[in-house]
Amino acid sequence: MKKGRMSKVLRKILTVFYIFLVLLIIIDLFIHKHGYFGFDEYPSYYGVYGFVACILLVLAAKYILRPIVMRREDYYND
Amino acid sequence: MINLVPPALILIVGSLFIPLLKGRVKQIYLIVLPLLTVLYLFSLSPGVYWKVTVLDYELIFGRIDRLSLAFGYIFAIITFITAIYSLHVKDNLHLVSAFIYAGSALGAVFAGDFITLFIFWELLAFSATYLIWSAKTKKAINTGMRYIMVHIFGGLLFLAGIVVQYHETGSLFFGFIGLEGLGSWLIFLGFGLNAAFPFLHAWLPDAYPESTETGTVFLSVFTTKTAVYAFARGFAGTEILIYIGATMIVFPLLYAAIENNLRRVLSYILINQVGFMITGIGIGTQLSVNGAVAHAFCHILYDALLFMSMGAVLYRTGKINATDLGGLYKSMPLTAIFCIVGAASISSVPFTSGFVSKSMIVASTAEVGMLAIWMVLLFASSGVFLFSGIKIPFFAFFSYDSGIRTMEAPKHMLIAMALTAFLSIGIGLLPGPLYSLLPYSVDYVPYTVAHMIEQTQLLAFSALAFTLLMLSGVYPPEVKAINLDVDWFYRKGVKAFMWIINRPGAQVMQLINSVVFNKIPTFLGWLTKNPLLALKIVRDSILLVFAIPEKRDEIKSRLKAEKEIYPGDPSVPMPIGVLVLWSIFFLLVYLIIYYTKVK
Repeated sequence: MKKGRMSKVLRKILTVFYIFLVLLIIIDLFIHKHGYFGFDEYPSYYGVYGFVACILLVLAAKYILRPIVMRREDYYND
Repeated sequence: MINLVPPALILIVGSLFIPLLKGRVKQIYLIVLPLLTVLYLFSLSPGVYWKVTVLDYELIFGRIDRLSLAFGYIFAIITFITAIYSLHVKDNLHLVSAFIYAGSALGAVFAGDFITLFIFWELLAFSATYLIWSAKTKKAINTGMRYIMVHIFGGLLFLAGIVVQYHETGSLFFGFIGLEGLGSWLIFLGFGLNAAFPFLHAWLPDAYPESTETGTVFLSVFTTKTAVYAFARGFAGTEILIYIGATMIVFPLLYAAIENNLRRVLSYILINQVGFMITGIGIGTQLSVNGAVAHAFCHILYDALLFMSMGAVLYRTGKINATDLGGLYKSMPLTAIFCIVGAASISSVPFTSGFVSKSMIVASTAEVGMLAIWMVLLFASSGVFLFSGIKIPFFAFFSYDSGIRTMEAPKHMLIAMALTAFLSIGIGLLPGPLYSLLPYSVDYVPYTVAHMIEQTQLLAFSALAFTLLMLSGVYPPEVKAINLDVDWFYRKGVKAFMWIINRPGAQVMQLINSVVFNKIPTFLGWLTKNPLLALKIVRDSILLVFAIPEKRDEIKSRLKAEKEIYPGDPSVPMPIGVLVLWSIFFLLVYLIIYYTKVK
């Protein structure tokens, strides 16, 4: 998935995807929400939260968990 | 209605005839048996049936109420679908253990007392072990062994809990338990082991990925969800479950992120999904318990679907690691589509089953004002999407082309996957029938514009995070490796134990053995040949050590002479007086003992 090897199809898919995201942000501004806690009514709160959550999860898995638990495939020797 | 037999018996007793059948007849029988169970369950009406009195105890094989029926329906439905999926299986033991496994789950769900529950609980563990062993690889045999050890431990906790509980309450009826006293805690932990509580969970990702393509589908359904049912029955509203559930929701995601074996990724996500249910049960409101049951119902379907699609990949390619797969959509387009339906459902994409069930649990946490838990559930929802919704289909069917060209999954597998996918989307589109099965009446409306946009945003921006992480190369590359989990403690712990037994342990035993059974008898034998001369040798040996240099040669030669003539003539004449002296001495000893004893 390196940038140089990105195929035309993938480029198109990504463009559509980005447009979809922008649309979601715009629609979000106009809908009437009933937030549970107040702050969850902020525009695109869920989008931002999901984005941050994923980045945090991946980084934690890569830089914290993996160095601790990763072993060779024959570690248990069975 | 006719209530001829407990529902569990159809599968359990019926399974015993499988080995007698062959070919087409056998295949039809495999489908008819669970189908009969489904129809039978739908004909049952609430009540308590099949009470059997054994000694003074009353065993209840059929407590039929809304809670047990909801689990019963889905257990029977998924057995029917998975039976279709397993039509290619020739191994009779595999099929029989699968049906007994499914049957015992039904038995456990309808059990009205602890003894009956315990019987089916154990049957569940043993039949599952045979399912794992059905793969017949060395890995599967070892992990099956660990599986049964761990579950016997859990079963003993449960049994001890039953005994203590009976002592405390005087009743064996399985109703609400609540955490009060030792007995309830033991039962709680026994249930918790089957529900894969943190630190009691390692058996699940250890064993599930090692079974056959069909065995794992069965396994993914019953053990954990039977435990979820048991918690819903016995511990609804127990606060600690909320935090246990929240932990189960988060930590497996990290493992799912770095795990290479795709069925192991799904196994970790399975723990995460059960975590949602446990949290819902812990909150204990009508909405949250409804949510937990609904989520169990939907999760059984889409998780089975995901495991089926990965099973089909394994069946066709023999490979299951992300590093070995990729580009399979060209060879297995239908499997890919079904996998994506499962992935969408587990991610709670609107118009799929996960959307209408998980959101009930999330909403219930917000309703009781648990902000932190609500944040955790939302956090995990995006994580599930990332590692189950995207990772599974992406690395198996898309990503780089691995060059593997194979055939589409067999027809019966496709039919099974199509049925499950149909149900997953059907429940998403029309949640009404599912909601009508739940323990409490439902006034929850999943489809509001705000909810749909919010959920879509959450997922879409999670996908954006994945895209950016992939494009920037930050996403951790799949690596051929394994990841340690808490099973390390008993897998390596056993080796340490065996080392202690073998090395220092065995050497000490060897030493004791040679001293007690060899050296001492030899010495005594040597001594008794001629005690007097022997004592002289001992005396001279000691003297030699301490002697002054001038005397040393003399003692040495004497010692040599003594050793040469040993044992010599032991019949040294002894003066009669010495014998008399000894006799008097022993008489004296006897006298002292006698007097001290008598007085």
